[in-house]
Amino acid sequence: MMPPVFSRRQSIAQLLKTVLAASMGTLLSGAAKAQVDKLTITGLSEARLRTFEEMIRPYVQNQELKKEGVSLSLPMLADNGHMVPLSLKIDSPMIEAEHITHVYLISQRNPVPLMAKFVLGPWSGRADLSTRVRLSGNQSVIALARRSDGSFIYDAQEVVVTEAACVDNG
Amino acid sequence: MSSARLQIPPRITQGDVFKIRLLVNHPMDSGFLRDIDGVLIQRNVIRHLVCTLNGKEVFRVEPTTGVSANPLFEFYLRATESGGMLFRWVDDKAYIGELRHNLVVEAANTSKPSGN
Amino acid sequence: MPEATSNSVFSWHRLLVWLLVGVCMTSTLSAQQRVIPLDKLQSGLDFSGAEVQSLQADEFANPGNIALDTGNKLWSKPDGKSNKSCQSCHGDISRMKGISVRYPAVDKASKKLFNLEDRISQCRTKNQKASEWPYESDELLAVSLAVTATSRGMPLQAQIEGAAKSHFENGQRIFMTRQGQMNLACTNCHDQHYARKLYTDPLSQGQPNGYPLYRLDWQRMASLERRLRFCYTGVRAEIPPWGHSDMRDISLYLMWRGQGLPVETPAVRK
Repeated sequence: MMPPVFSRRQSIAQLLKTVLAASMGTLLSGAAKAQVDKLTITGLSEARLRTFEEMIRPYVQNQELKKEGVSLSLPMLADNGHMVPLSLKIDSPMIEAEHITHVYLISQRNPVPLMAKFVLGPWSGRADLSTRVRLSGNQSVIALARRSDGSFIYDAQEVVVTEAACVDNG
Repeated sequence: MSSARLQIPPRITQGDVFKIRLLVNHPMDSGFLRDIDGVLIQRNVIRHLVCTLNGKEVFRVEPTTGVSANPLFEFYLRATESGGMLFRWVDDKAYIGELRHNLVVEAANTSKPSGN
Repeated sequence: MPEATSNSVFSWHRLLVWLLVGVCMTSTLSAQQRVIPLDKLQSGLDFSGAEVQSLQADEFANPGNIALDTGNKLWSKPDGKSNKSCQSCHGDISRMKGISVRYPAVDKASKKLFNLEDRISQCRTKNQKASEWPYESDELLAVSLAVTATSRGMPLQAQIEGAAKSHFENGQRIFMTRQGQMNLACTNCHDQHYARKLYTDPLSQGQPNGYPLYRLDWQRMASLERRLRFCYTGVRAEIPPWGHSDMRDISLYLMWRGQGLPVETPAVRK
């Protein structure tokens, strides 16, 4: 018999999602990519949120960048920031003429922005990947894929990360 | 002592695109946390993990501190040939972990020739 | 002068009886009284959320299973001056089924209450003549996990009578006593408020049936002793040193309190 915790969790998730969307909505819109967060706290879980530009710039300079073809999947509400399951599907035939060469997982708030880089090729057959990442607090995650023609596609998702009740390390 | 677990479908036919699940035993210490006595644990993460088949690279991941401890990687491979699979990873301490698997790819069913 | 009516409800005798009842109700629980009845027992898994539940059930991806593989390997690895492995004396590890559910148990020789890790450590130094594995070391946890896992699915059945009785009573007393800067007793959260939220997490009943388990917050395997010491941190109480008998006494009380719950190790918890 499950204790009745879901409705409260859902309402917390809704509330946080609204707040998150309000504060980060402009991050994901094409119009306001240059928005800079004013927070200057640099603690691990309160670090400054990176802008979209900052997250993408190390990989995409002048190449074409489109928000399509990539489907990133993370829980909307992560129980624990130490191990958040992440999976992505990319629409690509994965043949010699057209395939995905690299996939980057980028964090908006972690101390280290790049979480992982994957190298694929036509031999992969499918550009679907799964792993488990660490997220230090509520943030957006970007999955950026480089196509064999040099262009980039991406997807982004916001994640609310709850902490365990006792936060220090016993 | 870094070991790993591998999950591959039991029967693979030529041309299949099959899923590989790899779970590596590694603390992936980020360098940000303290241990049970309050001492900062030095950073030690896997720098790269490469899968080769018959010597040719078929998968590579370069994780950072952002990947969880005991990392799990799931990826795909198109079955073209049988042979020796080698998973090899190196961490910040230059420790090399390896896992070998003998990949068997069965020939695809060819249609029977019409009667003689 | 007011007349004492013959059918007055007041009587000293009745007062004495009610006082006695009151004293009994407020005094410490007697040994066999359960705060959470047996049919209301719930494993920590029930309070863990869907992600953790699916991770525990995933035989491949459960991070605890790596340590389980290691433990099974260590079982058959010769070590120490004796050059024997656990297997040399105990046989196949499957013969350990049913052992862990009786722990903690009193060691006849030393009269101390041993948890499973203590028993393994003693076997290692005394019989295998090998070096001691430190508390919470990977090897000790791995072997403890491997032995406990053979009892997976079996109900907890700790013995609290005979030599164990005083340990059980001490454990129960600690569980019911407020301590630390937060002045909380284990019972305040885990008996009286389980299923309610502490920040964003639902409180569990504090059951021991999943140990040793993989704790996501620590990103590694953990023993019950480590978790109890961390509970002390949680209420800001002074943590006793590793190996302290109080931890074992509490463990014994917890095993009795969770009697009948199935062994779930390696569990996954936040």
